[in-house]
Amino acid sequence: MDYLGWDQVEAGAVLPSFDEVKGDIALLKQAERDYAPTNSYTASVADWRVFKPVFNRDLCIDCQNCWVFCPDTAIIAVDKKMVGIDYEHCKGCGVCVDVCPTNQKSLLMFDENEDNDRALQNWPEKIKKEK
Amino acid sequence: MAEKLKLQEVEVWDGNMAFAQAMRQAQIDVVAAYPITPSTPTVHGYAKFLSDGYIDGEFVLVESEHAAMSGCVGAAAAGGRVATATSSQGFALMVEVLYQAAGMRLPIVLALVNRALASPLNVNGDHSDMYLGRDAGWIMIDAFNAQEAYDLMLMGFKIAEDLSVRLPVMINQDGFITSHTAQNVRPLQDEEAYEFIGEYQSVNPMLDFSHPVTYGAQTEEDWHFEFKARQHKALMDSKACIQEVFESFKTVTAREYNIVESYEMDDAQIAIVALGSTVESAVFAARKLREEGIKAGVVAPRLLRPFPYEAIKDALKDVKAIATLDRSSPGGALGMLYNEISAALYQGDNRPIINNYIYGLGGRDMTQENIMEIFRDIKKNADAGKLVTPLQQFSGLRGPKLSFF
Repeated sequence: MDYLGWDQVEAGAVLPSFDEVKGDIALLKQAERDYAPTNSYTASVADWRVFKPVFNRDLCIDCQNCWVFCPDTAIIAVDKKMVGIDYEHCKGCGVCVDVCPTNQKSLLMFDENEDNDRALQNWPEKIKKEK
Repeated sequence: MAEKLKLQEVEVWDGNMAFAQAMRQAQIDVVAAYPITPSTPTVHGYAKFLSDGYIDGEFVLVESEHAAMSGCVGAAAAGGRVATATSSQGFALMVEVLYQAAGMRLPIVLALVNRALASPLNVNGDHSDMYLGRDAGWIMIDAFNAQEAYDLMLMGFKIAEDLSVRLPVMINQDGFITSHTAQNVRPLQDEEAYEFIGEYQSVNPMLDFSHPVTYGAQTEEDWHFEFKARQHKALMDSKACIQEVFESFKTVTAREYNIVESYEMDDAQIAIVALGSTVESAVFAARKLREEGIKAGVVAPRLLRPFPYEAIKDALKDVKAIATLDRSSPGGALGMLYNEISAALYQGDNRPIINNYIYGLGGRDMTQENIMEIFRDIKKNADAGKLVTPLQQFSGLRGPKLSFF
């Protein structure tokens, strides 16, 4: 992001959300919106994270629980289909994994340095319920 | 539209009524206020006008002054004309939010009736609260009597809301001395007053849903400095707008205001710089001394923030000695007026001897006799051409003489 000089910033530290609003913003998908350069959507907060969630498409049932519960809209879902994690905004809180109802879990926390493909290959087995 | 109130050509109002009437005529959208002595009658009067049908706006009852200013910030960000009134401890409680209002460039107008800060508890007038607000980024204007409180309150809205300024404005008047003593005040009629202030123009209102904006976001080192620089520049440049508003007010009322007021200064050799109701006492004292052949004058900054350095330098360009009178507990330093006046003159050709007097704390009377004593004191410095009296003295204090440096 280009930094603006003092004479270019909006007076009163007002941050416009969007550069230009075309029609009803609520009807535009998150990824298709024209964000203003000062909008927090364009700033990364990825360096807060220690552990990251990894998403496994093969196990997901598109229940949207993670999308609903994510405190920072870091779950990318398009037309009620899970697509993955927005790693620019995910802070690694693990709430999505907690609320994921499938067995095996379709979202799991891995070390931030773990490679995603390797994580998917080493996905843990289904947990056997104790009787 | 609210009902109009027919005013006499000359009304007998105290300073609080002057504030309340000006607020009524401004047709404010939202007033969020919490009562505190000695500014209670301002909001009391305003609430009475509202209940009697003379005001259309909202009056928000809140649980503290912190909430009052917070409500004002919210309402101003939403896009309305907003004002409140307070004093002393209430003002101190507002301080956190004062910075928010200035940083968000919201044109809120605050009627501040000056009073001492505890402890010890004291409801009487001094300038401690005024001084507490001086770095908050607000435009600060001082009224010396009830007429000026009314006039400056009207002008306060026009200044704050000017699109080149867009900063909050506080209008100060002395607690009790000005706020509770009735005087003749010449008001404008309602329509004339409203026409002078003009319709409110909102900028980036939060209630404009087609242009969503964020107010008061976290900026850290990435942006904070730039926003603050922009705010400071707007405050420094606001002097031009303030001067313009003073001039347009003069064309309407023939009453003249300047960012620095000078009295008896044409040939003055010694001068007092003071604020508030003390200015008028000092003018009387100066005139009495002139009968004895002492060329005394008075300079009073009408504008405290942004501080009018150039105009101060100009007003004091010929004097030999100056007494700066601070009505606030100095808190381990020379008084604010001493520091600012020194700064204004240090770069100039005239470098007079400057003294600092602390006086009138907690409502202690400042008599003409006290002021004449100060004038006679600094005349010794002017005659000697050097500092022969202590740099900082307490005037009107019981007990042994107290001075520093």
